[in-house]
Amino acid sequence: MSFDTRPAAFTVNGRQVEIEAAPTERLSHLLRERLGLTGTKVGCDAGDCGACTVLVDGMPQCACLMPAARVAGRQVTTVEGLASDGRLSALQAAFLRHGAAQCGICTPGMLMAAAALLSVNPRPAPAEAEAALGGVLCRCTGYRKIVAAVCDAWADAPRPAPVPAGRAVGAPVARLDGPPKVTGADVFGADRWPAGALWVHVIRSPHHHADFSFGDLAAWQAATPGVAAVFTAADIPGRNAFGVIPPFADQPALAVDAARFRGEAVALVALEPGAAEDFDATAFPVTWEELPAALDPEAAKSAPAIHPARPGNLLIRGLVRRGDPDAALAAAAHVAEGAIETAYVEHAYIEPEAGCAYMDGETLVIHTCTQAPHMDRDDTAVMLGLPPERVRIVATSTGGGFGSKLDISIQPLVGLVTLKTGRPARIVYTRGDSMRSTTKRHPARMRARIGTDAAGRVTGQVFDGDFNTGAYASWGPTVANRVPVHASGPYSVPNYRAEARAIHTNGPIAGAFRGFGVPQATIMQEVLYDQLAADAGIDRLAFRQLNALTDGESTVCGQRLSAVGIGACLAALEGPWSEALAWAADAPAGPVTRGVGIASCWYGCGNTALPNPSTIRIGVTAAGEVVLHQGAADIGQGANTVIAQIAADALGVALGAIRLVGPDTAFTPDAGKTSASRQTYVSGRAAEAAGRALRSAILRHANVAEGASLGFGQGTIVIDDGAARHVIDLAALAEGRDGYVFAAEETYDPPTTALDADGQGTPYAVYGYGAQIVELSVDTRLGTVKLHRITAAHDLGRVINPVLAEGQIEGGIAQGIGLALMEDYVPGRTENLHDYLIPTFGDVPEIHHILIEKPDPEGPFGAKGLGEHVLIPTAPAILNAIRHATGALVTRLPATPDRVLAAIRSKGA
Amino acid sequence: MLYERPGTLDEALALMAGGPAWRVLAGGTDLYPATTHQSLHGPVLDIAGLAELRGIAREPSGWRIGAAATWTEVLGAGLPSAFSALVEAGRELGSIQIQNVATVMGNLCNASPAADGVPALMVLDAELELVSATGRRRLGLSEFILGNRRTARTPDEIAVAIHVPEAAVRGVSAFEKLGTRRYLVISIAMAAARVEVENGRIAAASLAVGACSEVARRLPMVERALVGQPADAPVIDAAAVAEALDPIDDVRATAAYRREAAAEILRRAVLRAAWGAS
Repeated sequence: MSFDTRPAAFTVNGRQVEIEAAPTERLSHLLRERLGLTGTKVGCDAGDCGACTVLVDGMPQCACLMPAARVAGRQVTTVEGLASDGRLSALQAAFLRHGAAQCGICTPGMLMAAAALLSVNPRPAPAEAEAALGGVLCRCTGYRKIVAAVCDAWADAPRPAPVPAGRAVGAPVARLDGPPKVTGADVFGADRWPAGALWVHVIRSPHHHADFSFGDLAAWQAATPGVAAVFTAADIPGRNAFGVIPPFADQPALAVDAARFRGEAVALVALEPGAAEDFDATAFPVTWEELPAALDPEAAKSAPAIHPARPGNLLIRGLVRRGDPDAALAAAAHVAEGAIETAYVEHAYIEPEAGCAYMDGETLVIHTCTQAPHMDRDDTAVMLGLPPERVRIVATSTGGGFGSKLDISIQPLVGLVTLKTGRPARIVYTRGDSMRSTTKRHPARMRARIGTDAAGRVTGQVFDGDFNTGAYASWGPTVANRVPVHASGPYSVPNYRAEARAIHTNGPIAGAFRGFGVPQATIMQEVLYDQLAADAGIDRLAFRQLNALTDGESTVCGQRLSAVGIGACLAALEGPWSEALAWAADAPAGPVTRGVGIASCWYGCGNTALPNPSTIRIGVTAAGEVVLHQGAADIGQGANTVIAQIAADALGVALGAIRLVGPDTAFTPDAGKTSASRQTYVSGRAAEAAGRALRSAILRHANVAEGASLGFGQGTIVIDDGAARHVIDLAALAEGRDGYVFAAEETYDPPTTALDADGQGTPYAVYGYGAQIVELSVDTRLGTVKLHRITAAHDLGRVINPVLAEGQIEGGIAQGIGLALMEDYVPGRTENLHDYLIPTFGDVPEIHHILIEKPDPEGPFGAKGLGEHVLIPTAPAILNAIRHATGALVTRLPATPDRVLAAIRSKGA
Repeated sequence: MLYERPGTLDEALALMAGGPAWRVLAGGTDLYPATTHQSLHGPVLDIAGLAELRGIAREPSGWRIGAAATWTEVLGAGLPSAFSALVEAGRELGSIQIQNVATVMGNLCNASPAADGVPALMVLDAELELVSATGRRRLGLSEFILGNRRTARTPDEIAVAIHVPEAAVRGVSAFEKLGTRRYLVISIAMAAARVEVENGRIAAASLAVGACSEVARRLPMVERALVGQPADAPVIDAAAVAEALDPIDDVRATAAYRREAAAEILRRAVLRAAWGAS
């Protein structure tokens, strides 16, 4: 049966169109695929995320739920219709001004919902904006800046003045890649594809563990209309095993004979353009033989090994040991002991994985959303049996990543189809594909004991945790190594033993998720600190201040620290803490009780005790244009802007004069992965070095001393050293291999050392610090938690861009709220965005930020990383506040209403 | 793909009488999420445009809510305070985007145990009008919804309207929804209460709880026990509420929690309704 179409005539963005479409075709599909209006994003195809919100006769609707036949004769407005004559609407401008768009994938939906509100209520109150936009999910921003932008859209704010040369660092500039995010012009993984591209459908295991065999694939293909090709593991020309950490590479792109988790890919069906709609995947000839599955890590320890070389399903054990913790605990005046269990947490970026591939001569080109273009290239090349230079990864804009888009997903699949067929191909994961097949945060089962002396000084700690790493290694080794290094928190712990084990199960693969296990471990440590403060009779903030690391003290790895910011963060919270305690004490009588909680974080930036270089190139064209080859993937966090700010000041050029290129493995040197809160620090250091090197080269050429000003443009560089103006005629200079008359490329690698058998050494060169206060109320009859306010103090060393920094803090807190209160991924049960819950507009409270600057000499302009730090304190602070409000500690996350009420009841029993 | 968008109800019924097993499309907010395809497959009968199904109107015998009436239309219809529970449920249902297209009738026909519209309509003694080419019948809500995703509608029938009898358009109602997040949330449990107050005492009460049994339930024993109680301090027997329900453990909450929480949210709904009716 063909994809039956009929003409539908309607108006879109004021333009009359008549288009052939199936009557029940989703309007979102019609807009994107038939009209090329890809500003309307698809996050779920189920009305759960609101990203596809458009206006139909002025009313906001989910385009994914709208039959094409219904729009006949009606007016449809999409995000592309908001700007007029190339001028942004006031709402769009407000989004940029407030930093309301981070990755930008939800932004069109947000804008359309907001436009509908503003058309009837031009000056809404925050609560009105929240209610009107409540049907759109955002995973990056934490919503507060969106609310601020919507409520401020009426104000006719002047355009911000351009930032002068040398003043970019520290300036609250709007993100440089922001305008396309608010007009709908930005290109994400699913937004562009070559004409005639094959559509790649992935056949996946419906079972947690199963043997499988194929029927007669050739016969099935011949009998099935629209099938261009079928590929299985047998077709993979290279090594069918990938992994983010090469020694642990164990995951096949397409499984061989057995699937080890539900959602694992086993075959690819390449469909002719247009054939996907009528394709019936259930007819694919595969036979499954379900096998016993080990889903619980405790059971997995005695189950048959999922990988024969890893007996006991133990992937790796991480250990840090210092002093004599057993003796310290035996001698301690106060000892707190407990256990915490956390759940699988899904990244739930609003953009499911997507991309396309085509051959450019001998080179396989893959456009995809990613956090790690060079890693994608190298792993894809190995799997496809190509040298790395024959694979080119072009990073599209990435609609959120948070760790999961570090791992390979679509790259070898779409690449294999193009390599084998010679034809362009595209792939767009459904929400279900994305949730089933990509990585999660590790579920953790942790126990710890911490002791203090009579004065409340921590004398010893023992931590032990099993981290369910799922079917394949992914970032399990990183989590197992990071956790013991960080499980002390930013505190002085002289006697310490921490062990973390990554255990294989047939559950979803657990990999990188903002914090690599540290958020889980911090919950364990920080709830015990509240217990110890109570036992020692010390205020909870004062207890943390008493034990906070200071400059010159050593970590549990024996690393002597400098530029330690935790003390300043905690000191900055003294006032808010007193106010919060007063607010809690002032609760009205009744079943709703108030509580406040506090927790800290520290986090080492970059790889743990491993090389972790970034390279940045800057060039000047003969026309006088400054081009920054920026290979650090911007997944919404702001690398495109922050790296440019650093490079601009290092070079001495106005930020607005810089043109960005990349990330693209053909044009940008390897700036490493967007991970481990490393880009501002590591790629920033490389950008700083490249900027300074380029500046030196130019000054040397003109024989002018450092300190002169540079002016680029019109084929010249004008150098003014105060005494004289020197003009370099760029046309007279020879262009180098990259087409530049001046260029510099610099690499920076953090100075770390390997850890010894006891985990002693220098795992990181730079750490960031923070602490947060949560104020909340608990309805003690229902177990529901309502957040009132969060105050976050974070030490960034040097704030490169305060708007972006605040955005990171608010977004990280929102994810911490989800971890604490609602997120629980259950394979086979919560594989969508209505059963898997992430925070909405109404779940993220007012957030106050306090930005602390304790410069680290190792960081660019003193800057430290921030991206992961920000979510670490939130969940433990929430649990501590719930305990303050109710007297009950929830020990199994998320703290859903039933668990909170059960904790309250068991405390009373 | 077979798709028909008949111009009249009679045409629609004629198609239903002779045709294949049509999938009836109104708001689409339950049909589209159930497929990963980019269009609805199978024979689709689009009834959203039928004039006979439109509108929310007062009639001599009570109120009629047409099958094509959206939640947004319900919110803006100026319904009497006996309908407050329905209006409050509508505000919490999905999102504004969903409310703009989803129909109240669709919420009933989808027959999810967690359908927010069901308890609010149960306390209004709502009836459904079902029409086929050969006849017309009315069923009470409890007779219509038979189980999880099962209704009494036959393949040739269209549910054309919800009727609320005049006798139920009395007093004030209230709705309480319990979920794990603020917006876009499937209920752990929900409760609706409609209360009539005379001389400071509860004269009549209609109560219903959803998401705590396969089909939302009225609670007649608890209703009777409320009659005569002071409107400013009614007491709900939590054990009787728990006894009347049959919840399950699922990802949203445990059964034990649902039994306890249902009584609490029902108590709150009764308090608000009684306060409003006083």
